[in-house]
Amino acid sequence: MSSEEQLSAIKGAKVLMVGAGGIGCELLKTLALSGFQDIHIIDMDTIEVSNLNRQFLFRQSHVGQSKAKVARDVVLRFRPNISITPYHANVKESRFNVDFYKEFDVVLNGLDNLDARRHVNRLCLAADVPLVESGTTGFLGQVTVHLKGKTECYECQPKPAPKTYPVCTITSTPSKFVHCIVWAKDLLFAKLFGDKNLENDLNVRSSDATNLSEHSEDVFECRKGEDIEQYGRRIYDHVFGHNIEVALSNEETWKNRNRPRPIYSKDVFPDKLTKENGKTEKGSATDDVSAMASLGLKNPQDIWSLAENSRVFYESLRLFFLKRQKEIGNLTFDKDDQLAVEFVTAAANIRASSFGIPLHSLFEAKGIAGNIVHAVATTNAIIAGLIVIEAIKILKKDSNSYRMTYCLEHPSKKLLLMPVEPYEPNKSCYVCSETPLSLEVNTHHSKLRDFVEKIVKAKLGMNFPVIMSGASIIYEIGEDLEEDMVAIYAANLERALSELPSPVISGTVLTIEDLQQEFSCRINIKHREEFDEEREPDGMLLSGWVEAPVDKNNNKSIGNGESTSSVLSMEEIQEGEKDVEIQETSESAENVTGKKRKLSEVSKGTIPDHSGLPDESSRNQNQLEKLDVDDEDDELIISNDWESLTKKKRL
Amino acid sequence: MNGEELTEQETALYDRQIRVWGADAQRRLIKSHILVYGMKGTVAEFCKNIVLAGVGSVTLVDDREVTEEALSANFLILPDENLYHGKTLAEVCCDSLKEFNPMVHVSVEKGDISTFGVEFFGKFDAVVISCCSLAKKKLINQKRQKLPKRVAFYTVDCRGCCGEIFVDLKDYKYSKKKLEETVECQLEFPSFEDTISVPWKALPKRVSKLYFAMRVIEQFEDAEGRNPGETSIADLPGVLKLRKELCETNSVNESKIPDALLERLLIGTSEYPPVCAIIGGILGQEVIKAISGKGDPLKNFFFFDAMDGKGLIEDISEPKPVS
Repeated sequence: MSSEEQLSAIKGAKVLMVGAGGIGCELLKTLALSGFQDIHIIDMDTIEVSNLNRQFLFRQSHVGQSKAKVARDVVLRFRPNISITPYHANVKESRFNVDFYKEFDVVLNGLDNLDARRHVNRLCLAADVPLVESGTTGFLGQVTVHLKGKTECYECQPKPAPKTYPVCTITSTPSKFVHCIVWAKDLLFAKLFGDKNLENDLNVRSSDATNLSEHSEDVFECRKGEDIEQYGRRIYDHVFGHNIEVALSNEETWKNRNRPRPIYSKDVFPDKLTKENGKTEKGSATDDVSAMASLGLKNPQDIWSLAENSRVFYESLRLFFLKRQKEIGNLTFDKDDQLAVEFVTAAANIRASSFGIPLHSLFEAKGIAGNIVHAVATTNAIIAGLIVIEAIKILKKDSNSYRMTYCLEHPSKKLLLMPVEPYEPNKSCYVCSETPLSLEVNTHHSKLRDFVEKIVKAKLGMNFPVIMSGASIIYEIGEDLEEDMVAIYAANLERALSELPSPVISGTVLTIEDLQQEFSCRINIKHREEFDEEREPDGMLLSGWVEAPVDKNNNKSIGNGESTSSVLSMEEIQEGEKDVEIQETSESAENVTGKKRKLSEVSKGTIPDHSGLPDESSRNQNQLEKLDVDDEDDELIISNDWESLTKKKRL
Repeated sequence: MNGEELTEQETALYDRQIRVWGADAQRRLIKSHILVYGMKGTVAEFCKNIVLAGVGSVTLVDDREVTEEALSANFLILPDENLYHGKTLAEVCCDSLKEFNPMVHVSVEKGDISTFGVEFFGKFDAVVISCCSLAKKKLINQKRQKLPKRVAFYTVDCRGCCGEIFVDLKDYKYSKKKLEETVECQLEFPSFEDTISVPWKALPKRVSKLYFAMRVIEQFEDAEGRNPGETSIADLPGVLKLRKELCETNSVNESKIPDALLERLLIGTSEYPPVCAIIGGILGQEVIKAISGKGDPLKNFFFFDAMDGKGLIEDISEPKPVS
């Protein structure tokens, strides 16, 4: 692979890397070694200790510094004569506009969130610059290639939306530990330490509408003359005792479910607590404040008993009030905040105990609460190597050889690294194929604000939208807007859609653009009176939008935050596999490719022999059914189960 | 397994990977000792990976001097003559590797590895060799066969845009997760010599062509007394001749080993950095699995060819007798 042509393509290329983390470090190193001479790299993060197990360009002494800058400095040490331009910035900033992207021959993503990936995807489409996307989680990883008009864009395929849970599951009927974590983090922690003005579902909704809210607002406020221990016990008794009793009073709920048991502090701690705290405080640096340390609990991997969890609950509560009083009212949960993690772990475990759900260690709880992606260096190194290989193919314009490559934990038909040809663009993709969307909404009730927050920003992923109805702009977000326009838009936000100066009613077609992403999309509005509160809590239904397969009970009301890796699930890899051209056999014959076609034409005699399915024993994934494969003859004999597997078709 | 806890420092540093393979596996890694021979680009990648993973110690063996070529794919060598002058490859790499994780003991062993005794190899939990002649591979593999203790054995070689890993774990017992349970498994690995002695005709039809191509070139180097990797396109006629002979001896068709493939392997004697990263990554994972005793090991060859992008496992062993 060291032909003259290739070397000069590499030498003259200008490459943009987005992300200088796990994949980024490996990628920058491999690009530099491979002869690339002009690399730009964007990353807004600073270096943390937990990065050092895999982001090998960084040292202990670099903690706190910009990842992009340090990565550049370290790589220059072994390749001093190349140019690396770091940007310690958010890729969504307006300076990274289409003109910026047009300067590059290829864009390589090493990101950790869906939002940024979509943003970069749109800019690459607008600038018509090839994009190589990637992701890793543990031992799994993939690399995908996206060229406008030639292959799918990053958004052509549904990406798993962040997992959300119905409100009632969190507030009343948890059945899994993660439900307890969400309760402890987003409800209890938020209520006690966060912004008191925010709406909070903490109180159980009982069937009789005796409004407890008045009463409970008082509950969480510290009373006059109350000391910390009294306060702690009162809160404990309220959320783990009283609230459970109230929930129990609603018979319907528990008809088919195990009843929780109320837990009161007097049962766990009949005596005064302060005596039991053992160690005296040493020093008062905020960093060192830890309930575990104070209680002598050393191992974060231990699973504490109910009593120990309760001690941690009190102690962390006490330490927050004693040492971090100033922050109370402003805190949000941060996985790197040891005391917050301790509190949430303890609270979640006590609740779990109440509901008969197995308890978890702090280590495990932290992972769940913080959406921590487990990660190792080796997978990132492999993926980085694969990214560079694709990047070089792109520079050589070797389009027949572009591949999406999946790095598997367990081999499928002998393959640990499985290359698959890219697919044609999805004709129904609203991002790259400009298909209009439809929105069902009650135009008399829903306000423009709801539309902007829940649809335009959240679902469509726009940052600086301009919303137009015909020729008039009803709303926009941008820099340099005139004051009077800003006022008009602010007023518009509070109006119902049908009451806007340019009324939005059934039949209206809205055009929404994000000038930075150079992305535009049309939405046909349809008025609908009724929406199901449980299943459509937003009161709006967007269709034609490619969404991930939805669980039956998915209310989208409370989420646990986003998992940052966006690695395709095995299901999706399997769906990728189904598009392999298949020779007709007497049994099946049905060409399951449907509308999707591989980029190249696969003739009968050249069936790629990587047409297997992933093993069923994959770690994080659902059970898959195996196909029968006859090795010798390069044919797939399709069992009747195939039909059920293909139900989740991509558009 | 004694109950030594991980220190606070270790827990903080290794948090993300403990979430992948567990605290128990991490403890075993911390106690492990790895021997590495032949510091080329791929091996540099591998060493980086295991040092980051937090093994107990890494011992490097490579007395060659630093050359231009060594600099090309090895990011552990800084291109400053003042820094590398008078030092061996192993010494320069050792200095760099230490920086990645101060908790890992990285050192150099000088001397000709073929003269090291059996007891020497017994100090290690895994031995990884690269840039090794056929003869040396056999020799080292045999020496460690003699040890009562199980020492994992790996060879790794990259030629151009292709790479090969060989794994020999002798009789290996390990555990793995199947659905919600942990299952105990056992595998028997053939030695290097036994593996390459398996008659080609006995192997399944679809075994990767790369396996055979690498064996031809390996034998060519051996026959011609070349250092590993010291071949060029000028050797093609000689290699093709050898291929003919080997195919005849093995009663297989020459088309099993295409000309084009052999050419690519001969031309590309310098390493290709993306392939180094991929092979070094796969090898790193394998050694980590073997040390921790968790997860299906690769048995017994892994091949990667950037041309088709496939990374595949071949089980080259005596076909089981039909009962």
